[in-house]
Amino acid sequence: MEFTRRGALAVGAGAVAASVLPSFAFASVDDAVAAFTGGAELGEGGLTLTTPEIAENGNTVPVSVDAPGAEAVMLLAAGNPSPDVCTFNFGPMAGAQSASTRIRLAGTQDVVAIAKMSDGSFVRASNEVKVTIGGCGG
Amino acid sequence: MAKGVRPRVKVPGSASAGDVITIKTLISHPMESGQRKDSDGNVIPRSIINRFVCDFNGENVIDVTMEPAISTNPYFEFQAMVPEGGEFKFTWYDDDGSVYEEAKSISVG
Repeated sequence: MEFTRRGALAVGAGAVAASVLPSFAFASVDDAVAAFTGGAELGEGGLTLTTPEIAENGNTVPVSVDAPGAEAVMLLAAGNPSPDVCTFNFGPMAGAQSASTRIRLAGTQDVVAIAKMSDGSFVRASNEVKVTIGGCGG
Repeated sequence: MAKGVRPRVKVPGSASAGDVITIKTLISHPMESGQRKDSDGNVIPRSIINRFVCDFNGENVIDVTMEPAISTNPYFEFQAMVPEGGEFKFTWYDDDGSVYEEAKSISVG
């Protein structure tokens, strides 16, 4: 394949379009949070979200949450094509309200955790994760 | 149905009554997100495990709702209370309706 100036410009334009796309996701983060909390106020504290500062591979990013006294914890990835990641619902036999998993991140973005406490209040925590290689195929 | 799905679960063999133990689970599954395209540019349809449940003697420990953003070969680590000996039951629910099950017993010494 020959490299032409026109070809190079087309590739460049494509890259710009791809980098703009994730911003569409932001509105749906608010929707997902509202669906989970029912519009309740979000507090701070009592929820620990552990993420790596830099993830070399966006396909498997280790994440853990710890929220003593929580009933459920929802994870969201603000910059993914679809922000929902997972929801942990803790049952009566849960030894601690903490869990770890591995998630996909499309690029550098904020990972958000929302915990529903047993008294009905909600708390929020978020961390930025820098992703070297995105994990959504693209 | 996804091929070669094999659950692997790590539970301690024994514990003291009232202990909190750590459970690790991993299930081999491609978790096709529905975002990827094949070499012809066609979208590969979504095929994931959408729910994971762990029960101890019929009582719920954790119930996870999963979305396509969970990595290939979904891995979970969590804590469970062991008031008496019994059996942990692990269940994964696939998009295509398949259900994968695994059980591990624990004795209290």
